[in-house]
Amino acid sequence: MARSAGAAPDRDRMLSMYRTMLTIRRTEELLVKLYAAGRIYGGVHTYIGEEAVATGVCANLRITDLVFSTHRGHGHALAKGMPPRELIPEVLGKVTGCSGGRGGSMHLFKPEIGFMGSSGIVGPSITLAAGSAYAAKLLKMDRVSVAFFGDGATNNGSFHEGINLAAAWELPAVFVCENNLYATEVPYATVTRNVDVASRAQGYGLPGISVDGNDVMGVHKAAGEAVRRARSGEGPTLIACNTYRTRAHSEGMRDAGYRAAEEIAHWKDRDPIKALEGRLLAGAATQADLEAVDAEVKALVEEASAFALSSQMPDPSTVTRYVYSEG
Amino acid sequence: MREMTFVDAAREGLAEEMARDPSIFVVGEGIGVRGGNFNTTVGLFDLYGPERLRDTPISERGFTAMCIGAAAGGARPVVDFMFIDFLTDAFGDMFNQMSKLQWMSGGRIKMPIVVRGCVGVAPSNAAHHSGNYYPFFMHVPGFRVVMPSTPADAKGLLKTSIRSDDPVLFLEHKSVLTLKGPVPEGEHLVPFGKASVAREGRDVTVVGIAFMVRRALEAAEELSREGISVEVIDPRTLAPLDIDTVLASVRKTGRLLIVDEDFAPCGAASEIAMQVMERGFDDLDAPVKRVNGLFCPAPYSPSLGEHIVPTTTAISQALRDLLAE
Repeated sequence: MARSAGAAPDRDRMLSMYRTMLTIRRTEELLVKLYAAGRIYGGVHTYIGEEAVATGVCANLRITDLVFSTHRGHGHALAKGMPPRELIPEVLGKVTGCSGGRGGSMHLFKPEIGFMGSSGIVGPSITLAAGSAYAAKLLKMDRVSVAFFGDGATNNGSFHEGINLAAAWELPAVFVCENNLYATEVPYATVTRNVDVASRAQGYGLPGISVDGNDVMGVHKAAGEAVRRARSGEGPTLIACNTYRTRAHSEGMRDAGYRAAEEIAHWKDRDPIKALEGRLLAGAATQADLEAVDAEVKALVEEASAFALSSQMPDPSTVTRYVYSEG
Repeated sequence: MREMTFVDAAREGLAEEMARDPSIFVVGEGIGVRGGNFNTTVGLFDLYGPERLRDTPISERGFTAMCIGAAAGGARPVVDFMFIDFLTDAFGDMFNQMSKLQWMSGGRIKMPIVVRGCVGVAPSNAAHHSGNYYPFFMHVPGFRVVMPSTPADAKGLLKTSIRSDDPVLFLEHKSVLTLKGPVPEGEHLVPFGKASVAREGRDVTVVGIAFMVRRALEAAEELSREGISVEVIDPRTLAPLDIDTVLASVRKTGRLLIVDEDFAPCGAASEIAMQVMERGFDDLDAPVKRVNGLFCPAPYSPSLGEHIVPTTTAISQALRDLLAE
């Protein structure tokens, strides 16, 4: 099919984001299997269904930009550029993992590529991103800081305090709320009067926009404008991405009683990867193109899995290292 | 050598460091134009402006966590809490992020941050402006806990704290802020983990914490008139704790008293006593003794306030009792 000259970069970007989303999905599908097989020691919070958010946001970032993540952070890490062969062994507690087996699923670190950590505590991603933005402004570094957080964090003091400070001082930060409707298993509407996250921005005097979090192109566009604002000194933006996790809060947890099967089915129909496939097949790519990406991702994840499974456990004598800076 | 107050000496240390390193900035309530409630930053706003002397809203959790992010992102923040009691709103992020990020990231993220503020029971400061809280931070891996008692140490330890890549609690007892003493000019760095022998003696050892060093010295003077020679040790930093200097003293005197204004249970005195038992039991001629502040919040009325803090008289009596064992 003939394409106009202007469509080529779009096609490349779409295929690149497709590859990222698929990498997140296939990596997590593997983790789900490993969890079920008893190979994973701790908690695993999957991002399945929410891949468009991390992918669309991080496609706007440079390696020097910083990302602060959540307990549901696999997607953020992979989208920021962490290879699966560093994430999977971490979740398996192996020395080759991105945190040397110290952290597991919830404590992923790779500051070398601007991935400043996922976290077991809800909220600090917001204030810490404001802080690294403050440092960037003070030291005149061309760097944008991004906080990912869920709807649960918006009812935490970190949201109020961090966004207030970032707005007051016009810090180069982007605040990305992944509103998946439930804080653990508590429905958002039962714990807050105003469920429109983006509208809260008005109270702090910064732009707030709401986007379909399952539409990677929409997320990419909104985040692109927010990153541009931050980079050009115009201050922070709050982006509310409305999305849904289609698996349980955490692997192995009972996923019933608080949400209806119909609701889950509805959101599975709105799968962000399928949606992007539809757009790609409407002209930008062929089925063969997509199959080629899928095969490439499958090989990547399989190699990472084999590497992780055959990796060594960390040496117990190293556990007290790095409590202090001298190591 | 010239004499300065504790506050002026600490401020000189901060000013020298800010002149040396543009990545240092200070946050706090009223530390900008006003120069800080305790004059910690007077004159610096005119030199460095609002980005490096950032007045904050009353948002302790927010600005503390923000400084954690700033430290992770390449700056060297100093968080000026004025009263350390105000830090309690930031406990969560201090314990879960500030103290752990270096360890969690395998040393790839550094945490060069100084958290400073005034501690201690001062006249009529009452329950919300008199906290000590340092044992909490001694207990948690990752923190440095610094408590100078002299102007020279205030300067030298603040400079070391700012240069450290670890999170440091720099705690200033309100009763030593106006104390005057000799302070070296220019580059004066006091290392962490090195106690000072504030007074040499032969018969009994006293370890004092912060302001209690002053009272222990008064008690030592009092007992010298009774022919008793008291050695007074100022640990200066509680984490790391220089137990070797305490053990060397106990080897000489055979007796140890620890004086700490803070509560007794699970406190600095308990930790020092235990470490001496573990490593210096054979040198002890009597059980280790401690004198602590009373186990209750700080009151307002002067008659109540002085009652909860160890007095010089109480320290002298404890020393006599210890020598009679």
